[in-house]
Amino acid sequence: MISRTTEANPLHRRPRRGEFLIRGFLFFCGAFSILTTLGIVYELSKEALLFFRNPAVNLLEFFTGTKWQPQAGAFGVLPLVTATLITTAIAMLIALPLGLAVAIYLSEYASTKARNTLKPVLEVLAGIPTVVYGYFALTFMTPFLRSIFGRDVVDIYNMASGGLVIGILILPLITSMSEDALSAVPRALREGAYALGATKLETAVKVVVPAAISGLAAAFVVGISRAIGETMIVAIAVGAGPNFTFNPFKGAETMTGHIVRISGGDLSYDTIDYDSLFAIGLLLFVITLGLNIISQRIVRRFRETYE
Amino acid sequence: MSTPTGRIRLTPHFESNLPSRNRKASLWQVLFRLSTTIGMIVLALLLYTVVNQAFGLVAIDNKVDPASFAVDGVQIEELDQETLIAVIEENVSKGKFRQLEREQPLAERTWEEVYQVVIDDVVEPKDIVGTWPLVESLTRKEEILAEVEQEHPQATVEFTSWIDPQFVTSPQSSDVLEAGVRTALLGSLLIIAITIVVALPIGIGAAIYLEEYASDNWLNRTIQTNINNLAGVPSIIYGMLGLAIFVRMLEPLTSGAIFGLTDPTTANGRTILSAGLTLAILVLPVLIINVQEAIRAVPNSLREGSYGLGGTQWQTIWHHVLPNAMPGILTGAILSISRAIGETAPLVVIGAATYITFDPDSPFSKFTTLPIQIYQWTSRAQGEYHNIAAAAILVLLMLLLSLNATAILLRNRYSRK
Repeated sequence: MISRTTEANPLHRRPRRGEFLIRGFLFFCGAFSILTTLGIVYELSKEALLFFRNPAVNLLEFFTGTKWQPQAGAFGVLPLVTATLITTAIAMLIALPLGLAVAIYLSEYASTKARNTLKPVLEVLAGIPTVVYGYFALTFMTPFLRSIFGRDVVDIYNMASGGLVIGILILPLITSMSEDALSAVPRALREGAYALGATKLETAVKVVVPAAISGLAAAFVVGISRAIGETMIVAIAVGAGPNFTFNPFKGAETMTGHIVRISGGDLSYDTIDYDSLFAIGLLLFVITLGLNIISQRIVRRFRETYE
Repeated sequence: MSTPTGRIRLTPHFESNLPSRNRKASLWQVLFRLSTTIGMIVLALLLYTVVNQAFGLVAIDNKVDPASFAVDGVQIEELDQETLIAVIEENVSKGKFRQLEREQPLAERTWEEVYQVVIDDVVEPKDIVGTWPLVESLTRKEEILAEVEQEHPQATVEFTSWIDPQFVTSPQSSDVLEAGVRTALLGSLLIIAITIVVALPIGIGAAIYLEEYASDNWLNRTIQTNINNLAGVPSIIYGMLGLAIFVRMLEPLTSGAIFGLTDPTTANGRTILSAGLTLAILVLPVLIINVQEAIRAVPNSLREGSYGLGGTQWQTIWHHVLPNAMPGILTGAILSISRAIGETAPLVVIGAATYITFDPDSPFSKFTTLPIQIYQWTSRAQGEYHNIAAAAILVLLMLLLSLNATAILLRNRYSRK
């Protein structure tokens, strides 16, 4: 054992007080994120509680009512939720198969050169602000859908156009997460499949994809969470009023779109409109947080399998 | 499969299967390739849509017969000032009239000035009667000219680039031809400056703590999980947080009241400072994760070398870890900052101004930003607003592109060192 340092030991240093200060500051920086979360939870719950305490609001009606008309005192969140779910479903219908196909291509088929050109393009797509996608939905996708299905079938503001463009928006995210998952599959598995005479497709679909399935599932869940939280595309292209409908060619309003429209006007504090936004915000926060936690659980399991 | 003979025996079933399996394989390969191509096509379409709208023909109806404004048979050049003001009020939009009054009350102007307003805004108002996108303008020019000639005989048609130096340097205006993004661009830059000043030290500090100091205990694991979760929270939630905390709770601070600096036009907390702080909180999680990755990439041998020579932990971090992680940190920081520049939803929620024409001059000014300007113009029904929205998108994309180019340049410079 090394003897305890004494004052005679030249290597002994006095503890530097600065180090403690720095360490304290760095810890504060790290802990700041906890404050953010607490702030979000506290503020959303506080205002949401005020909303639910309001005599005009009934908790059961909030979750089952099919009308959201604050002026008429009708606070049923379902129209906003169904619109959110429909745009999200359309988005995933586009982004999941396409994203998976691109990821399989990039990880299993593409040459290094092709991969080096394609990945930056996807990064560019991921870096474009969502308001630009919103513009694209309104000025390209909507006229495009209307020319295919007819102007009387497709409204100017509709969920299909918004959903499709959200799908394009989350495509890079799904692709890069899926590609990471596929690339993490050990090479030996592929070589084993080839040795048994499998074609490239069979190797990819029957060996690599099942091996990476938890990573792919995580990508899927994160994609849904992004689509639900997406705001500007739906605010621009989907519509300007809550509408309880399952027809994707009709306009409706999602949870995020509603928050943006109402808060964009002159909103006074402590009104039921103001409080209702926080109730919707809280619901949105809980849904997306739940999805993110699920995806992290899946990823953790995935890591345990392969490391 | 029955007897091991030392060579692979293909069963007849296997052989008969092979062509169809190969066909299937090549079919799917084509499909995978096609999907990738679709991704590329979409990116191209997006750029095409924007560029197509940012240039093109515009028809301006700028001549109305002055005689049609004569009151009781008296020509406008002989009318007195009051009647001229009435003519203006009758013929321009309410917003435009208010704007004129704000510049200088019409009643206080000289007769010549009021007459000039009549000529500029009533007789030659430069009304846009139609705009056409670039491709159409090039391919159908003759038809467009004929169409305009027929419907608006007095209109002039000219080719316009909606994005030009004047567009970048002039403030917002109710007149589409005069409107620009100066106010929005300055707003974006000021807000981002605040975001950088606040988020960068905290973000890098948190990343250093988590990578270098944090031991694996319950508290630190919670912090890490929490940061990962925050990165997935929709941006609009941060807007609501900003509205509740910065705009409402900290109003005396964010409106500048406690410094006695309140902007006379804003008596509330919906200011550049609130917006900057909100975006700082928004980018922090992503920033921390990016910086953590950069720090993690520094080889452990460097740290051990420094410790071996008797360096303290902070000396090791400051002299060895940070310089080596710098290219990665810069890239990560710039990438998360460019995400903040494109953010729209949270700023709408905390209350961006809908119409301001003056430059923001302090952190306590009202604000608008490029994405918000794009959103507002896109939401207008008239086609010409979509043209200037496209021009504003090009300005925004160029800003982001130059930022990313800076990131790459900085990275290359530091890595050479």
